[in-house]
Formats: sequence, structure tokens, C-alpha cells
Amino acid sequence: MMTLIEKHKFFTRWCHWVNFPLLTVMIFSGMLIYWAYDPYRVGAGDITLFHFFPQWFYEATGIEHQLARGMAIHFAIAWLFALNGIAYVIYTLVSGEWRELLPERKSFREALQVAKHDMGFRVPLPPQGRYNAAQRISYTAIVLMGGASLLTGLSIYKPAQLHWLTAMFGGYEWARFEHFWLTMGYVAFFVVHIAQVIRAGWANFRSMVSGYDLAEIEERKPAVESAHAE
Amino acid sequence: MPNKLTPRQELSRRTRRGFIGLGAGAVVAAAGWKWLNHGYEAGEDIPGPLRSALHFNERVARNTLFSHGHLAKTYPASAIGNIKVNGLDGMDDEDFDPDKWTLSVARLSGGEPLKLDLDDLKSLPRHEEIIDFKCVEGWSTVTQFAGARLSDFTAKFAPGSEKAGYVSMMTPGEGYYVGLDMPSALHPQTLLAWEMNGEPLTDDHGAPLRLCIPVKYGIKNIKRIGSIAWQEKEPADYWCERGYDFYAGL
Repeated sequence: MMTLIEKHKFFTRWCHWVNFPLLTVMIFSGMLIYWAYDPYRVGAGDITLFHFFPQWFYEATGIEHQLARGMAIHFAIAWLFALNGIAYVIYTLVSGEWRELLPERKSFREALQVAKHDMGFRVPLPPQGRYNAAQRISYTAIVLMGGASLLTGLSIYKPAQLHWLTAMFGGYEWARFEHFWLTMGYVAFFVVHIAQVIRAGWANFRSMVSGYDLAEIEERKPAVESAHAE
Repeated sequence: MPNKLTPRQELSRRTRRGFIGLGAGAVVAAAGWKWLNHGYEAGEDIPGPLRSALHFNERVARNTLFSHGHLAKTYPASAIGNIKVNGLDGMDDEDFDPDKWTLSVARLSGGEPLKLDLDDLKSLPRHEEIIDFKCVEGWSTVTQFAGARLSDFTAKFAPGSEKAGYVSMMTPGEGYYVGLDMPSALHPQTLLAWEMNGEPLTDDHGAPLRLCIPVKYGIKNIKRIGSIAWQEKEPADYWCERGYDFYAGL
């Protein structure tokens, strides 16, 4: 027999789906800003393996010469991004859902099993709650990264008024560097997240939209049930 | 029981409702994005809603963060870098003669503007600072400046003008101009500078007199100041007219 089970609370889904366009806009406007001074690369010494970003990328995305617009959008939408993220964290704490989200001691060992399984190795999946061990780690990490983005962002935005905060992140230049790599982290998260959602299938995706999924429950045997209840 | 939905039907109903909500949200988000960017053209001023957001941020920063006790970090002389010449806007008038330069000072109370020369400025207490000069583009260079505090300058040559809301500074040909809110102008690290990295200012860096204001981005650190005027309303600002934040406060 099938029954309806609640997978994701309304507030969780709300924050998730509101965050998606907000983070997209923050990354886009961040790129408009980064273009004006783009020193970061992967490489060592004179050898550059990849420069963030190559000219073809700027031309393909059409983000050149829009620093003023980028700053205005970034500093306007940052409010909404921050409020939505803070609301989610408060909700998670107050509702007690953090218990299903925070990694446990066993999560780090189990996450390896999950990763091996997902990569096609014949490893049995450990028993799972709402989120598996890999999800607990990555979803907690992404929330912490959001907080770090807000704080490094403020460090770059007001380095004189919030000099103690800027100092905490190693100074102005380091804060900008960290802010950039956190963003690269979101992009990497997004790629893996989408791949995982696709392989998890329709029912999983549907549950993030509707909040519910169907589950098989065993036929109850009333006599036995009541005997147990004694 | 005709009204009782099966779990499968109930799920379909909730899924439909979820996707309708998601679709409506997408429409609202797209409309919001369009509204925020309506009329945007590269190099022009930014659209109204974005300008309002910057003004809102300015109010928040001025009311909750800014303080004369909050100083920009200072550095040892060994940290001084080689600052580049990044903009020469307003410095292209060919008839400018640094030897005939005077500073025109229009006080809040009105009347004939004062004409000052560099010796008048040097009669004020000299201040030196080594700060990280931050360009709005994102780069920064540790640089030494020496000159007189704008607050000392105001007290001596334009007493009472501190009560104004803003101060405006322009190049002699009025090709470049900045507006400053009064609290930032009177910040103890805000200098009218005639020296950079231990040498008199070079032409490209704004000789004979420029502004050093470490609580603002470089765009506010106007070079080759020709005139200073205190006023109540927000002054014209070169980069603000080109879409940047008027406040530009760090």
C-alpha cells in the first residue's frame, strides 16, 4: 500500500528555490565586478594553467565594461541573498531540522561509501535518513560557505569601517581572493548537485517541488499491533 | 468516499501546485530583474531602482558603520608599492600652468571665493599617512601621502562650513569633479595632499594638490584640485554620473 510522506518542509523548499535565482544574480554581478581586475589563476611562477578568465569567456558571456552596474546589482541583491540565507539558518535551528542536516561523526566515513557507490563501485549504501552522509556534509558546507561569502564580502565592501573583520580574513586582498574561490566552490557544487539530482530521478526532484513523495507501507495487522501496544 | 483522494492523486495535486508556484515565482523573478535593469546602457548612469538601492546602502553605512574613530589601516614604509597612473580625466586642459595655480575656496556663507596658494596650505599642520589606496576596479596599492587635514583646512579657511551637508571639489577646467559627504570629508585621515611617496606630487598624480581620502575608493581621490565649495545638496560627481555609487565609502 502506498502512502504520502513529507520529504521537505515548505520553508526549506521556499529558501532553496528563492536562493537559486539570488545566487545566480550574485555570481553574475560578481563576474561583472571581477572583470575589472582579474588577477587569479591556477599555476605557479611563470606557468599559468588557467587564467580566470580567458578573453573568449568574457566575450562569450558579454560581461565586459559593466563594473558600475555589477557593483550596484551586487550591493542591492546581497540584502535579499543574506536575508534568505539567514532565514533558512534560523528556521533550521528553531525547527530542529539541523539534526538531520549536520554531519555526524559517522558521516565522514559513510560519505566515502556514498561517493564510491555513486561513482559506480559496488559498495553497499549505508542506511540513510532524510539526507545521506555526503548530503549532510555538502549541504552543511554550502550553508557555511554562504556565511563566509557574506563575511568576506563585507570585508571587501567596508575594509575601513570593518577593519577588524577584514583583518580576520587576512586583509583586503586575501578577502577578495577568498570571496572569489568561495564562488568557484558554488559553481562546482552546482555541477555536482545537478548531476546528482538527475541521477536520483524524478521522484526526488518532485519532492523538492511538492514537498512529498510516495512510500510503500506494510499492511497492518491490527491484532498484533494492539498486542504490542499493551 | 468520492472526496477522498488516493495518495497518488494527492501527490499529483501537490506536485501541480508546486510547479505552478515555481512558475509564478520564475515570472516574478524575471519581471523583477527586468524592472531592476530597465533602460540600462553601458557607460551611462544606472537605472533608478539600483540608484535607490545604493542610496539606501549609503544611509545604512552612514548611520550604523561610519565613525571618525574607524581608521583605514596604515602600513610601514617598507610596504609602499608603485602606484599606477590609472585615470587622467579632467587633466587634459593644455593651458593649465602649475606655477600660476591657485585654489579657489567658496565657503558655505557665500561671498567672494578665497584664492589660496600652496604656501597657505603648508601653513597648516602637516600630516603623513601610509594607506592602502583602493581602486574601485578592485586593485590596491600601499601609498604614502602628506598634506593637511581637510578638517584643519576647513576650520582655518572656511570656519562654519563644516555645517554643510557636502563639499564639492573640481579640477581647474572642471573636467573632473567629486562630491563628498561632510563626515567623510572631516575624517582625520582625509588630506589635501601635495606629497606622495616622499616626493612632491608629479603631474600625472595630481600636482600641485590632490585629495587623499582612504575611507573612499580612488575615484573620490581627485587630482589637481582647482576649487573647493561647501554646499547643502549632493554635489555633481563625475563617476556617479557614470553609474557608480555616489557614496563610494569603504
